[in-house]
Amino acid sequence: MNKKLLRRIGNHWQVYCFLILPLIYLILFCYVPMTGVQIAFRKFTIRDGIWGSKWVGLTNLFKFFDTYNSLTIIKNTLTISLYNIIAGFPIPILFALLLNCVRNERYKKTIQTITYMPHFISTVVIVGMILQIANPRVGLYGTLTHALTGSYPNDPLGNPTVFVHLYVWSGIWQQFGWGSIVYLAALSSVDPQLHEAAIIDGASRWQRILHVDFPCILPTATIMLIMRAGNVMSVGYEKIYLMQNNLNLATSEVISTYVYKIGLGAGSSVPNYSLSTAIGLFNSIINLILICTVNAITRKLSETSLW
Amino acid sequence: MTRFAEIRPTPKKRKIQDPAGDRLLYAFIHVVMILLLIVTTYPLIYVLSASFSSPRAVGNGQVVLWPVEFSLRGYQEVFEYQVVWLGYKNTIFYTLVGTVINVVMTMMAAFALSKKTLPGRGMFTFLFTFTMLFSGGLVPTYLQLRSLGIVNTRWSLLLPGAISVYNMVVTRTFIQNIPGELSEAAEIDGCSHFKYFFLILLPLSKAILAVISLYYAVGHWNSYFNALIYISDRNLYPLQIFLRDVLVLNSVDPSSILDPEEAQALEGMRDLLKFSMIVVSTVPILCIYPAIQKYFAKGVMVGSLKG
Repeated sequence: MNKKLLRRIGNHWQVYCFLILPLIYLILFCYVPMTGVQIAFRKFTIRDGIWGSKWVGLTNLFKFFDTYNSLTIIKNTLTISLYNIIAGFPIPILFALLLNCVRNERYKKTIQTITYMPHFISTVVIVGMILQIANPRVGLYGTLTHALTGSYPNDPLGNPTVFVHLYVWSGIWQQFGWGSIVYLAALSSVDPQLHEAAIIDGASRWQRILHVDFPCILPTATIMLIMRAGNVMSVGYEKIYLMQNNLNLATSEVISTYVYKIGLGAGSSVPNYSLSTAIGLFNSIINLILICTVNAITRKLSETSLW
Repeated sequence: MTRFAEIRPTPKKRKIQDPAGDRLLYAFIHVVMILLLIVTTYPLIYVLSASFSSPRAVGNGQVVLWPVEFSLRGYQEVFEYQVVWLGYKNTIFYTLVGTVINVVMTMMAAFALSKKTLPGRGMFTFLFTFTMLFSGGLVPTYLQLRSLGIVNTRWSLLLPGAISVYNMVVTRTFIQNIPGELSEAAEIDGCSHFKYFFLILLPLSKAILAVISLYYAVGHWNSYFNALIYISDRNLYPLQIFLRDVLVLNSVDPSSILDPEEAQALEGMRDLLKFSMIVVSTVPILCIYPAIQKYFAKGVMVGSLKG
C-alpha cells in the first residue's frame, strides 16, 4: 500500500515540479502574512518584530471600539455594502434575461461590447470622471442645473448623503454589463428542448423567461449571492478612498479605508500596525462567518452551495 | 394557364408572426436596451467630446454632447506633460512583465491541480482556495514585503498577487474539461507530463490563456493601490498614480502648463488636461478587449469551485 503511494508520487514528480513555484508564492505572500496576523494581539514594535513583541490580548480590538467613530465606521461599511447588494445584485440578472431575448446576434453582440466597456476603465479614471461630471461649476451636472434653474448647485461630493448614492450607482453603471456575463453563460447552456416544449405548450416569451430561463440561472445567482455575502464587510476601498474628502467623511469612512489610514499612516496619523491589523482581522473574521452562514443556509434551502 | 398565373409566388422567407404579447415584450426589450446603451455611452461620449474642445469651452462648462470649439490643445498639453510618459513607460513594463509572471504561474498551478491522480491534490487545492476566504491583511503583508526587501522596488508590484486563485480555478476547470482520453493516449505513447503540458495542453488552451491574460493585464494597467502602499520612488510610479495626482488630488504642475499670457485660461486648461488624460490612459485597454470578447464566458467560475 505504502509502496504503491510512493510509486504514484514518483510517477508524478514532474507534476510536483509545476507546483514548486506556485507553492513558494503561496507561502511567501499568503501564508507568512497570515502568521503576521498575531500582531493584532501584540503591541508591535519594529525592534521586537512580529514574533517578539509583547502580548496584549484583545486590547487593540477594544481600543478600536473605544474610538469615538468606530460604530459610525461599521455602520457606513454595512450601509454601503448592503445598498450595493440590494441595488446592484438584481440588475445584471434582469439585464441578462432581457438581453437573452434579443434575437439579432449582431445587435446582441454590439450591446455586449458596449456595456462591457466601463468595466475596463480604471478606478482612478472612473473617480476622475465622476469628479468632472459632478463638478458644480464646469461639469455636466453644474451646466445642466444652471441651465434649468439659473443657479449653480452645491458640490455633490461634499454631501455625505449624496456620496453613498453616487458611489453605488457609479459602480452599477460600471459593472452591470460585465456582471451579466455569468448569467448569459448560464442562459446559453439552457437546454433548447425546454424552450421548444414550452412553445408547443403555448407559453409566451414572457412566460418562458419566468418558467424556463429564470429557474435555469437561479443556481448561478445563488452562488454569486453567497460570494457577495462573503464580502459584505469589505467594500471597494480603492474607489471609496479616492472619492473621500473631509466633507463626506461622515458616510464615506469605511473599515478598509480606516485600516489603511491607521496602519500605514496615510495623512497625518502615526502608523499603528497592531491596531490596524486588529481591525482588519475583525473584518475578515466577520466575512468568514458570513460566507459560511450564507453557504450553510443556501445548501439547506436549495442544494446549491459554494462547497 | 390563366388560373395558374393568378397564384402568387410565396415569398422566399415567410416569417411566422409573433403573438401580440411577445411583440410587446420584444418592443419593451428594445426600448430598455436603447436606454441602457445611452446611459452607458453618454458619460464616455461626454468625456471624449470635452477632450476635443477648447480650454475656454471646458472652463465655462459649455460641453454637453459634442465638442465645442474643436481643438487639440488638451492633447498637446498631455504630450508635453512629462510624467505621463514616465508613467506610461512604467505601466507598460508592469503590465507586460506582470502578466507573463501571472499567466505562467497560474497555468502551472492549474495544470498540476487538474491532475485527478495527483497524490495530495485535495490538500494543495485547499491551500489555494483558503486564501480566497482569509488573508493576512494590509499590514502583515506590508511587513512581509519589507522583510523580503522588495518594498519600493518594481518587484513589489509584480510578485504579490502573482496568482489570482479565482483565475487559477477557472483555468483548472478549463483544463479538466479537455477530454481525459487525450492525456491517457499520450501517456500510453510514453509522453511525459512535461511534454504533455507543452506540446498538447498549451496549444489547446489558447482561449483560456487569452482570457486570463486580458484579466491580469487589465488588472495591472488599472491598479494604483499597491503602488500607493509600496512605492515611494517617483521614477517607479505607474501611470495610475500620476493620474490620481491630476484627476483626484487636482495637483497639476503649473510650470508645465502655464503660458504666461494664458493665466486666466489656466482653470479651463486644467480641466481640459484631465479629460485628455482620461482618454489617453484609457483608450489602449478599450481597444484590446473586443478582440477576445467571444472567450469571456470561459473566464466564468460558477460551479467550478467544487471538484
